[in-house]
Amino acid sequence: MRRVVYFIVSFIIWILLTWPFAEGGQDQTTMDIQVIVAGVFASFVVAILFHEILPKEHHVFLSAKRICWFLFYMPVFFYYVMKANLDVVYRALHPQMPIHPGIVKIKTNLKSDSAITALANSITLTPGTLTVDVTEEGYLYVHWINVKSTHVEEATQLISQKFEFFIERIFE
Amino acid sequence: MIDIIGYILITIGIIFDICGCIGLVRFPDVYNRLQAATKCVTLGTVLLLAGVALGSHSGAIASKAIVCAVFILITSPTAAHAIAKGAHSAGVQLWSKSVVDKYQEEVDRHNEWLKDKE
Repeated sequence: MRRVVYFIVSFIIWILLTWPFAEGGQDQTTMDIQVIVAGVFASFVVAILFHEILPKEHHVFLSAKRICWFLFYMPVFFYYVMKANLDVVYRALHPQMPIHPGIVKIKTNLKSDSAITALANSITLTPGTLTVDVTEEGYLYVHWINVKSTHVEEATQLISQKFEFFIERIFE
Repeated sequence: MIDIIGYILITIGIIFDICGCIGLVRFPDVYNRLQAATKCVTLGTVLLLAGVALGSHSGAIASKAIVCAVFILITSPTAAHAIAKGAHSAGVQLWSKSVVDKYQEEVDRHNEWLKDKE
């Protein structure tokens, strides 16, 4: 089952990357078939070799509720990404370079692998924080460009609280 | 009109890319440099690709640009984790004025635990 999902996804990406197959070519149909056969072959190989990378619980992502939360999460995420960028640009261009870097520890309640991956990636792309490592007990080590609190709970509040709410509803 | 929006997006993207590169040069240690490299360069490149997708007037180019943007959004933070963790376990020190390093404490505790076990 996972192989089929993987095959379809990689084939769609192949189509997107190779479209249009042969613009203005003389024998366009043969070119089409060549490209598609190559795509089927490549997707097949990818699906056989790498299907284990896809999370086991992948079917739960197709529920309408999760997709709605995901669409709602996108603008929120984009807002924080913009804020993060202006913050880093300010620190990079400021003559005195106002940075107080350090690695702090935060706790997450998320359990599934995909949820923790999404949280770690969200943290990395947003205000002054970069995930360094994740432990099995649910702690994340985060490099923070402007440390406001070294306490676990306070740092959790400041860094990950705003994402956990959404990610729990999308990925858990 | 769409052309103009595309050009504006490309301009903003390039400005973010330049600021990211300035940060990459100015910041003091690996971890701060990664911050500049992941945030500014990711957003700058994604905006640039979005501008290309809008300004190209061609479904073929737009679809490629969007696929590339999604890949960059997924892979760039992942690569940053890998580099940061690799740098830390290889013993790259934080900047001397860094405030705190909880990760080092954890690594030390783990090493002590391993020593005790022996």
